[in-house]
Amino acid sequence: MLLEITQITQHFGGLCALAGVSFGVESGSVHGLIGPNGAGKTTLINILSGITPATSGTLRFDDRRIDTFPAHKIASLGIARTFQNIRLFPALTCLENVIAGQHLIAERPLLPRLLCLPGAIRQEAVYKQQSLDILVRVGLADRADFSAQHLSYGERRRLEIARALASCPRLLLLDEPVAGMRRQEMLSVAELIHTLSQEGMTILLIEHNMAFVMELCSQITVLNFGSVITTGTPAEVGRHPEVIEAYLGKSDQDA
Amino acid sequence: MVHLTYFFAVYGSLINFIGINVLLALSLYVTLSAGQLSLGNAAFAGIGGYTAGILTTQFGVPYLLSLLAGALMAAIVGFLLGMPVLRLRGVFLAMATLSFGEVVRIAAINLKITGGAEGLLGMPAYTKTWFIYLVIAVVGYFLSRLRYSRAGWSFESIREDETAASAMGINTIYYKTLAFTIGAFIAGLAGAMYAHLNYIITPGEFGFSAAVNLLIYCIVGGSRVWYGPVFGAALLTALPEILRGIGVTAGPIRMFVNGLILLIVILFLPNGLISLFQRRRKVAVSVLAGAGIGDN
Amino acid sequence: MNLFLQQLVNGLFIGSVYGLFAVGYTLVFGVLDILNLAHPAVFTLGGLTALWLVETAGLTIFQAFPIAVLIAGLLGLLLDRVAFAPLRHRADTYFSGLISSIAMAIMFESVALGVFGAHTVRFPANTVTPTIWRFAGITVTSLQVEIVLVAFLLMVGLTQFLKHSRTGKAIRAVAENERMARLLGIHVDRIIAFTFFISSALGGAAGILFGLYFDAMSPDMGRSIELKGLAVIVLGGMGSIPGAIAGGLAFGLSEVLTVAITGTSNLRDAVAFAVLFAILLLRPSGILGRSRMREA
Repeated sequence: MLLEITQITQHFGGLCALAGVSFGVESGSVHGLIGPNGAGKTTLINILSGITPATSGTLRFDDRRIDTFPAHKIASLGIARTFQNIRLFPALTCLENVIAGQHLIAERPLLPRLLCLPGAIRQEAVYKQQSLDILVRVGLADRADFSAQHLSYGERRRLEIARALASCPRLLLLDEPVAGMRRQEMLSVAELIHTLSQEGMTILLIEHNMAFVMELCSQITVLNFGSVITTGTPAEVGRHPEVIEAYLGKSDQDA
Repeated sequence: MVHLTYFFAVYGSLINFIGINVLLALSLYVTLSAGQLSLGNAAFAGIGGYTAGILTTQFGVPYLLSLLAGALMAAIVGFLLGMPVLRLRGVFLAMATLSFGEVVRIAAINLKITGGAEGLLGMPAYTKTWFIYLVIAVVGYFLSRLRYSRAGWSFESIREDETAASAMGINTIYYKTLAFTIGAFIAGLAGAMYAHLNYIITPGEFGFSAAVNLLIYCIVGGSRVWYGPVFGAALLTALPEILRGIGVTAGPIRMFVNGLILLIVILFLPNGLISLFQRRRKVAVSVLAGAGIGDN
Repeated sequence: MNLFLQQLVNGLFIGSVYGLFAVGYTLVFGVLDILNLAHPAVFTLGGLTALWLVETAGLTIFQAFPIAVLIAGLLGLLLDRVAFAPLRHRADTYFSGLISSIAMAIMFESVALGVFGAHTVRFPANTVTPTIWRFAGITVTSLQVEIVLVAFLLMVGLTQFLKHSRTGKAIRAVAENERMARLLGIHVDRIIAFTFFISSALGGAAGILFGLYFDAMSPDMGRSIELKGLAVIVLGGMGSIPGAIAGGLAFGLSEVLTVAITGTSNLRDAVAFAVLFAILLLRPSGILGRSRMREA
């Protein structure tokens, strides 16, 4: 297991958002996290990435406890994420967004830059080329010099993935990566996720589009009211009575 | 040559004053570039000025060493202040730095070593015009190189979105404190140079209105590139003279124009006057893409 | 002991003016999360307008007071229209709003300077003829009592207005959640404009009382209360009306007591700002907590 989630609980005031959530994400897998609105999916992603600390429970990444780490430290271990409500750097261009995302892999020391050493300039060109390559991968090469705030909705989602990829993460957390996208765009993102997985990246993704999840994921965890209903292959999950109940409602099952 | 001598005789002190304000505006630029609104930079200048002034007048410390000491003192105080206050956001940070500034000003009024309300006297006029502009050049070069360094990208990311920045692996506390400390260092340096310009410094010069003025320089010039604040500080410091040149002498009108420029800039040019001279970024085509036309 | 009591009473008087000033300040913050730094300038213009009405137009202070308050309120509408409404949907609205309010403050102050000149002015000696009461060794003038009464009447009136009237409830709804209020059919822009009207009217009223109490006014008198007002609203919890009243009184008392204890007025503000600084670091929601408008 690359990521082990054990008994994660989250209270907001009197509200219990997560109640003892446990499951594991296998190295190299594409793991889906599904559940109705308000099931606690985004809350869990926020805990995994260190944005909000959990009330209790443990997280292990690569056999290392990370639940007490601040966000930047978790990121430095190789966990990158996107946000459900898209948090780009709006005033920067697409290319600059990706370059900023290279924080963890690019040294960019100040002194050689101050002295204008040729090595620093060459290194900078390499970083820039890497960023451009990532933009090509997400299909935004022709948007490199556009300001991020002027992109379409789907383009912004793809740019956020590009920025997350810039740090070469081992685990990528995607919070609704294809929400609001047109079919064509969605297929290209699905292909990208598939390729990334083939290259060895582990991916945990939240998505409402069931076809998308069923198609891409090797494992799926279903959350409802802050608890795990089940974890299994798409086929197993699809047969699970509680999942059918949570998704279709009791009356439908009776009918 | 005669003309030039005449020019300096008339405008020499204005030119020096512009230089100091440019440096102070640059100090705030660093803090703003990391998205942190500080109203404490005038106080850092005061700390630098008093430190350097006391060292040269009472301890006979050489000028350059006193500048370094003033800047370092301001940086140390900035670092110690930054650690706790940078947890605060937006207006609350502005108010915390503002109250820090007031405490510094009141301390300067009440301490013996700073000369009280009458100010600190007797600093020799060591600061020369060429030296001020040399320092501006060095600081400007430093900031232009800093922008595309790891720290510079981190500042930029934090200003744009602090949460996203931390999820990208940026230690936001570290970089915010770094920006704050660099800003304090530059402000302290400017204050130390200012102290050796006019024979006297008084607590009132480093108060709230000074802090607000620095902010105005940065906003009017544009705080997204390092030369924006330079332009803003130079323009607004010289504005009274420019207005005098075109026949406006009444103080209230000059003040009104000042306010009007600021209002127009914030309403219509959020990136400052400097954005008028910059290359526009591409925007138009994406409107089509958003409507689903640029896509199959 | 009597001196101490006298100081307490004086602190109450000045504290009630601070409270009135701060209530208007905090009202806008509570509704919009924006710091209106032009509030002190409205305070100044309110006081000076009343003076003009008494001195030049020959009105009594009781006629001049409501007219000047109304004019201050209209200035509030102007502020909203020019400086805040155009920025409302910008992402950095708290920052740009802060800047545009500084711009308006500069322009207001320049108008005051142009009309009244830079010197100190005062109400004519016969504007109010106070009776002087002495008991238990304490001196109180009827003017002081009237100031406290007016201040409290306005503050209590505002509280009741927010609590019970239809418009007051709408203001609280906007403070709570602007989008939700819009969905409920509240004319949000009109409510915000009205909030500025009330806030500025109260600020102007505070300016008049301040001018009467200290018997001295000048175009920059807003600056002396600007920072205190900020301190008061932080002390009371940003956006909290009862907090601002309590904070104003506490601030007035701390001021006179610091003077009484240290024997000098130099440290008067130091204590207040040190406290403000500490509160921001330890408990940014203020002493009374962030009760905000919904509990006004």
